Amino acid sequence: MAKLIMTADDSASVRQMVAFTLKQNGYDVIEAVDGRDALNKLNAQKVDMLLTDLNMPNMDGIGLIKGVRAGTLNKFIPIVMLTTESQDSRKAEGKSAGATGWIVKPFKPEQLIAVVKKVLG
Amino acid sequence: MMEQAIATYREEAGELLSELETSLLDLEETPEDTDLINRVFRAMHTIKGSGAMFGFDEIAAFTHEVETVFDMVRNGKMTVTKRLLDLTLKSRDHISALLDFSAGAGEVDRSIGDELIISLRQLLPQPESPPKGSSDIPAIQLPPVSVSELADEITWRIRFRPTRELLLCGTNPISLINELRALGTCHVVAQFDDIPLIDNLVGEQCYIYWDIILTTTRGEDAIRDVFIFIEDDCEIKIEMIDSSGLIDRDQGYKKLGDILVERGDLSPVEMQKILMLQKRFGELLVEQGIVTPEKVQSALVEQQHVKGVRQERSAAPQQEAAASIRVPAEKLDQLINLVGEMVTVQAHLSQVSLAGGDSTYIAIAEEVERLTNELRDTALNIRMLPIGSTFSKFKRLVRDLSQELGKEIEMETFGAETELDKTVIEKLNDPLVHIIRNSIDHGIEMPDVRTASGKSSVGTVFLGAEHSGDSVLITIRDDGAGLDRDTIRNKAIERGLLPANSEVSDKEIYAQIFAPGFSTAAKVTNVSGRGVGMDVVKRGIDGLRGSIGVDSVRGTGTTITLKIPLTLAIIDSLLVKIGKEHFVLPLAAVEECVELTREDIRNSHGRNLANVRGAIIPYIPLRKHFKIEDSRPDIEQIVIADIHGTKVGFVVDHVVGEHQTVIKSLGKMYRDVKGISGATILGDGTVALILDMAILLQSAENLEAAAV
Repeated sequence: MAKLIMTADDSASVRQMVAFTLKQNGYDVIEAVDGRDALNKLNAQKVDMLLTDLNMPNMDGIGLIKGVRAGTLNKFIPIVMLTTESQDSRKAEGKSAGATGWIVKPFKPEQLIAVVKKVLG
Repeated sequence: MMEQAIATYREEAGELLSELETSLLDLEETPEDTDLINRVFRAMHTIKGSGAMFGFDEIAAFTHEVETVFDMVRNGKMTVTKRLLDLTLKSRDHISALLDFSAGAGEVDRSIGDELIISLRQLLPQPESPPKGSSDIPAIQLPPVSVSELADEITWRIRFRPTRELLLCGTNPISLINELRALGTCHVVAQFDDIPLIDNLVGEQCYIYWDIILTTTRGEDAIRDVFIFIEDDCEIKIEMIDSSGLIDRDQGYKKLGDILVERGDLSPVEMQKILMLQKRFGELLVEQGIVTPEKVQSALVEQQHVKGVRQERSAAPQQEAAASIRVPAEKLDQLINLVGEMVTVQAHLSQVSLAGGDSTYIAIAEEVERLTNELRDTALNIRMLPIGSTFSKFKRLVRDLSQELGKEIEMETFGAETELDKTVIEKLNDPLVHIIRNSIDHGIEMPDVRTASGKSSVGTVFLGAEHSGDSVLITIRDDGAGLDRDTIRNKAIERGLLPANSEVSDKEIYAQIFAPGFSTAAKVTNVSGRGVGMDVVKRGIDGLRGSIGVDSVRGTGTTITLKIPLTLAIIDSLLVKIGKEHFVLPLAAVEECVELTREDIRNSHGRNLANVRGAIIPYIPLRKHFKIEDSRPDIEQIVIADIHGTKVGFVVDHVVGEHQTVIKSLGKMYRDVKGISGATILGDGTVALILDMAILLQSAENLEAAAV
């Protein structure tokens, strides 16, 4: 069965690109437009992985990661942050909130897939 | 897809820019509103981030400058001023112009952008951090795809001790270890000594750590990349312990104690103490509770891993060099001859020692027998060659002949690796050529005929070989017209090969194609049809002590099966005696031995038929056949053999027993003697003739037919 990945990003173009790339590589995708939307959906549905932007309205990526790790349904899933800066502070913040890994924007589709494959094992 | 995303980005950026304008205007009225500040920052951030994704590098680079300033504001390091808002609004307009320009609309004045960047940087509080442009947008840190393939093969010792919280950040340590495995030869030992007692155990925590010994050409970076996401909060120790580039290295490896000390699992003082005790080092360490069994095991694994890798490395070139040697065929023949002599002498030794009854000598004779048998098998095996080289010759034959005849024929082969004695392979060549020629000429039809009968226009000739006991079965099959049973039968009757009006099986009819001069071809072609050929096959196969089977279905094809003994030099056989003479019957065909009493002979009323458990089996009295004069015993023996599917008995005086027969040819003088295929020297030095049971049967049948 295809693995289900959530992409949470307020940028429609990034969501579109991520979703397309994932689907092309045989994954199923659900989209969320911000942290709150993502957390609501993740509290209701089991997914295999979360790809999240950090800067989002309503609830940012850090809040989302903390929310997921505090929940039960998707507590142990791999979470990959899409960061625009490689600033260690932001990355470290995400890491300590419970992120599994990160991708620095801009990235190419094959880089995205490499990271997804790595964390999904 | 990319075009779609780019279009989406333009739309998205447009929306963000108008949102940005509103936010900035609102911010002018409430400059402290963090929500508004965040919104501005996010808009810039998305325009920059997504812009870089879809190739809007200029927009991304410029927006980055504005974003940097607002990051400061967001973090409380700057306040919102009128000047900042002016500059940001102008920047917003510039981004908008860049966006339009990228879509091919309007003009853009780059000097405005440069001025804005300078002004924005001047707003920044501290001494300016180095200017950032698009080229500074950090490249993604991903595993580099490949390292030079020619790199040294290095063995690494890796200790991977994850943070207890590893599982809580969604990392699966097993998949990391699997990534390491994919890099090369890998041994993994899990260490359990950190696991607390069950009362203190938290199920979500990771207590296990791993020792990994990995041999790879991919370099340390490739290993580090596996742990890229967790290297900051896990203990990852990577040490080089062996390299193919190291010169002057022996095949051994460090001692167990040295490995443990090197790893820091054992102190040098402890090591010395244990060494003094003169017992197995690892056992003592565990016994005394200095080191856990897993740690010792891990060190042992390392020892074995490196030894194995080193051995493989040093053995590889040697193996290649010694994989085969070329020896002249005569030397091998000479070896086989000597082994043959040896077998003969050994038989003599066994016979003499048994007669002597001294158990010491009997034991020695048995040992010699065993060794001789092994020596014989090994020596014969040396001469075995795969039949494949012969097969490939036939591919050429098929190609050339089919072109000549205007037929489309493909050849398929199977079992090319099947091994046969070299001399057998050589002698198989002519028979196979004839059979394949026949299949192509008479078997496979012309393409139009094939199409008309619903077959593919391309015919197939199949040539296969496989082992079957001490024989090799060679199958030549075509999907052609098949044999014409009635024509063959008529022709055979016409030529007096078959009695008219007799009941004969299909197999017997098909066997007629091997009769000398037999041909049903209406016209003679260059390829075949002169009636020379198939009898050559029969003679060739008989010479190899093999047999031929023919099977055919009209319209579907013909299958010819050759059963060939593996070797010609030494065979298992049955030694029998008639009067004072010894004879040898090849054991492969022998089924059983039964008694023949004078009463049986009386009961059969002069016909050579024996009743074996209700089955009537004809027999050939060999004494009569070879005109051996002295008186026969009261009870004779019938050796019953299966010859090409026919059961027939051979009457002898005594059955002596199984015998290893070294075949000696009879020489040119006796080559045409019917019924004798060779001779052998027995243990006592006498000569025994090897009987050709198939020929004997045939000549007996001929005699019978002549008598009728």
